[in-house]
Amino acid sequence: MGIPANAGRAKPFLFSVLMSTMVLTPTLAIKVYTANEIHGTVGSKIKLSCSFWSNEWISDDISITWHFQPERGKDSISIFHYAKGQHYIDNVGSFKERIEWIGDPHWKDGSIIIHDLEYTDNGTYTCDVKNPPDIVGRTSQVTLYVFENVPVRYGQVLGAIIGGVLAVVLVVLLIAYLIRYCWLRRQATLQRRLSAMEKGKLRLGKDSSKRRHQTPVLYAMLDHSRLTKSSEKKSRGGLGDSRKDKK
Amino acid sequence: MLLLLLGIIVLHISVLVLLFVSTIVSQWLVGNGHRADLWLNCTIPVYQFRCITSSTNEWLQSVQALMILSIIFSVISLFMFFCQLFTLTKGGRFYLTGIFQILAGLCVMSGAAIFTVRHTDWHPSTDNASFGFAYILSWVAFPLAILSGVIYVILRKRE
Repeated sequence: MGIPANAGRAKPFLFSVLMSTMVLTPTLAIKVYTANEIHGTVGSKIKLSCSFWSNEWISDDISITWHFQPERGKDSISIFHYAKGQHYIDNVGSFKERIEWIGDPHWKDGSIIIHDLEYTDNGTYTCDVKNPPDIVGRTSQVTLYVFENVPVRYGQVLGAIIGGVLAVVLVVLLIAYLIRYCWLRRQATLQRRLSAMEKGKLRLGKDSSKRRHQTPVLYAMLDHSRLTKSSEKKSRGGLGDSRKDKK
Repeated sequence: MLLLLLGIIVLHISVLVLLFVSTIVSQWLVGNGHRADLWLNCTIPVYQFRCITSSTNEWLQSVQALMILSIIFSVISLFMFFCQLFTLTKGGRFYLTGIFQILAGLCVMSGAAIFTVRHTDWHPSTDNASFGFAYILSWVAFPLAILSGVIYVILRKRE
């Protein structure tokens, strides 16, 4: 490490601190991220998103610049610049009054929106962020294609159809099962009532003397419970039910 | 009974095989030194095949989706059949199995129909291409799938 052998005790300590700060303060440069390629339709707006990562604190001197290089052009022009909390938008060129600043450097966001897209906006957009002293780093480029209608991507319709149909089938199955379940439950309660009636009828055979003056009660109850099976069954068997209810 | 069961399963599996073959094999359209399917567009030059991915046309994608759906439905149906074979009460019908198989048949039918009507959208009609065997297989799979679906619905489970 090149430490003199006869150095004092403090010296290696100082050296190691120096070394560690050098290691801990990474020389990683600022990193800028954008999409690779975006598609827009004529007349619509599109967001050119740009985020970045810097190891330094976001200083007040941070600057964000967007450059534009037309599809068949060689030169790139600046269309947007942000510095010292102020943003400056191209107000002479082809992007006049079409750029909107939606980024926020404190959230590491340098995105802009281009309104009212034209075919001449086809080209490469470069996002460049400098966060002094963190200024070393690559810029990031995104290519914009302006279409009359955005073409369908491979697998888009395919996925949509498969997903949609499967979802519909699943929902229909679920509903069918729910209905069947409810129906079975109703059927089961009906069955239980019927069997209760049967039991009652059997018991009724013994003491048929009470039968006469209990009939009105039975009818009232039947109307209420809407048992629409064969009506004679009700009048015969329902009696027992009413008796059971009374008990 | 066992023979009937075997016959049904064989029919179902043959439908599945037909569906798989017609979905995968690159023989939907064949022309002079050129053939295409749902996924690839191949030319047959002197040395070797050269294939490019097919276009992203919406109709072609829907044909792809319908073929895949029919395979999925048919597989689900086969699965359901084995489930219902063991769980169904005596005398019950294989409704669920049949419905899925009929759905698979309908999917194949609509896929093949769309392909018939719309294939000129993504394929230049200049080189007089004719339909290949994978296309015909998909049309064969349609009535077979419907048939096996109907058999499932009619069939009652015996012991």
